[in-house]
Amino acid sequence: MSIIVDKVNYVYSEGTAYEIKALSDINLKIEDGEFIGIIGHTGSGKSTLIQHLNGLIKATSGTIYFHGQDIYDKDFDLRELRNRVGLVFQYPEHQLFETTIFDDVCFGPMNQGLTKEEAGLRAFEALKSVGIPEELYYQSPFDLSGGQKRRVAIAGVLAMKPEVLILDEPTAGLDPGGRDEILDLITRMHRERGMTVILVSHSMEDVAKYVKRIIVMNQGSVMFDDVPKEVFKHYKELETIGLAAPQVTYLMHELREKGLPVSTDVTTVAEARAELLRVLLGERR
Amino acid sequence: MLRDITIGQYYPADSVIHRLDPRVKLFATLIYVISLFCAKGVFGFGISVLFLAVVIRLSKVPFKFMVKGLKAIMILMIITAAFNVFLTPGEVLVSFWIFKITKEGLKNAVMMTARLIFLILGTSIMTLTTTPNQLTDGLEKALRPLNKIKIPVHAIAMMMSIALRFIPILVEETDKIMKAQMARGADFESGNLLKRVKNMIPLLVPLFVSAFRRADDLAMAMEARCYHGGEGRTKMKPLTYARRDYIAYTVIVTFLAVTLLLRWI
Repeated sequence: MSIIVDKVNYVYSEGTAYEIKALSDINLKIEDGEFIGIIGHTGSGKSTLIQHLNGLIKATSGTIYFHGQDIYDKDFDLRELRNRVGLVFQYPEHQLFETTIFDDVCFGPMNQGLTKEEAGLRAFEALKSVGIPEELYYQSPFDLSGGQKRRVAIAGVLAMKPEVLILDEPTAGLDPGGRDEILDLITRMHRERGMTVILVSHSMEDVAKYVKRIIVMNQGSVMFDDVPKEVFKHYKELETIGLAAPQVTYLMHELREKGLPVSTDVTTVAEARAELLRVLLGERR
Repeated sequence: MLRDITIGQYYPADSVIHRLDPRVKLFATLIYVISLFCAKGVFGFGISVLFLAVVIRLSKVPFKFMVKGLKAIMILMIITAAFNVFLTPGEVLVSFWIFKITKEGLKNAVMMTARLIFLILGTSIMTLTTTPNQLTDGLEKALRPLNKIKIPVHAIAMMMSIALRFIPILVEETDKIMKAQMARGADFESGNLLKRVKNMIPLLVPLFVSAFRRADDLAMAMEARCYHGGEGRTKMKPLTYARRDYIAYTVIVTFLAVTLLLRWI
C-alpha cells in the first residue's frame, strides 16, 4: 500500500492581499519502502507538500490517500495518520521542551497512549539508535550540542515507530561530520526497518548519495520525478531553477569534453571512481 | 491557521491615504476618536459615517478585509449592548422577571455599538494603510519634544518597532512549533481548561526559548553594527510634510470643528 497525492492544490491566505499559491496540481504515488529525495529551491513548495502528507495542512483542493483511504474523510483519524507518518521539521531541536532528554523522547509515545514503561522502552531504543550516550539521558536537552539536540529531536519522532519518516532539511546548519551521522542514521532506518523515507534537501550531494528516487519541485509543481541518474541528466534545466547536479557529474562532463570517453550519468564519488578506473585501466590495456 | 489574523495588519496598496505622512494619520485617528465621542444626534453621526466612508473609499482597502477585524470584537460589542439595554434606567418598554428594557437603554445600546464599530474601523484604517515602521517613525518624530523632559523617545520607538517586527516572526514560530508537536501527537484542542493549559507547555517552552534566542541574536547583531541609541542618529528617509499632508490636516480639523458645532446647535 502507499500514499497517493491526487491533484493537490494549496493556497496560503486565500482571498487576501497576501495570497500565495504554494502548490499546484501535485500528483504523486509513494510506495512502501521507498527512499525518496525532494529537492527544490527555497519557496518551491517542498515544505508545504510534506506537511500535507500527515494532514497538518489541508489541501485547498484535491485529496491524499493513505493506504487507500481518503485522509480528508470525516471519519478518518488524523491523529492515527500522524502516528504512522512521522514528520521531522526543519531545525527540530527548536521543539525540545522537557526537563530531561529521556522525557522529551517519551512525549510522542505517551501521546500515542502507551504506558510509561512502554514509552520508556521506546525512548531508550530510539535514543540508542541515534547514538546518544546513556549518561546524557537524564540531562536537560538544552545543554547538548547542536548536532546532539537534533539527534534527540529525531529520536523523539523515531520513538513513535512511524511507517513513513519524513525529514525536512535534516542536515541544515550541521558540520560535515554531523551531516554524515544524520544521513547514515536515516539510511540505516530505511535499510533495517524497511521504513519509507522522504528526505527534503537542497544539497544534491546528500540526495544523490542516498536516495533512490528524486522529486524536483519548482514553483509549486513537480518538475522531475525519476531516479537520480535520469534527473541529473537535466543538469542544465536544474541550474535555471537555482539547483545543480552533484559536483562529480560536472567533473565527468568536463572530462568528457576534454576527450576522456567517460560516461556522464555518474552521481556519486564512488561511482565516479569506478567509472574512471574502468576507462583509464581499459585505455592502458 | 495563524496567518489569518487581520487586526493591526498592513494592507499594501497605492492610495492617497497610504502616501500620507504617518504623523498626519496618527493625529487624524486621534481626532476621529475624539469626534466620535463628541458627536450627538443624527447629523453628528451622519458626518462621522460620511467621513469614514470617504476615507475607506480613498484608501483602496477592500471593505470585506476591514470587516474581518470587527469579528474579533464581536463579543465585546454584544456585552456592551446587553449592559446598556438592561441596565439603563428610564421609561420601561418591556419588563420580565428582573429584566427591564428601557427606551433610553435601547438608544444607548445602539449608540454604543455604532461608536465601537466606527472606532474599530477608524483606527484600523490607520494600521491598514501604514506599515508598522512608518508608524513608529511618525510616533518618534511627533513625540520628540518629550525628550526635553527626559523621556527616552528614541528608545521607546525602537522597542516598539522591534516588538512589532517580531509579531509575525513569533506567530510563524508558534505555528511551526504547534505543527511540530502535533506531528508528535500533541493535542491542543480537546480536554478541559486545566488540561488544555497543561497541553500548552510543549508549545510555550520552545516559544520562550526561541524568543530569548532571537532577542539575544538581534542585540548582538545591532551591537556589531555599532548601534548606540538615538543620539546623533539620522534617518535615511526623514519624514517631511508634502502638500497633501497640509490638506489632510485642514480636512481633519474642519471635520472636528463641524462635529463640535453640530453638538452645540
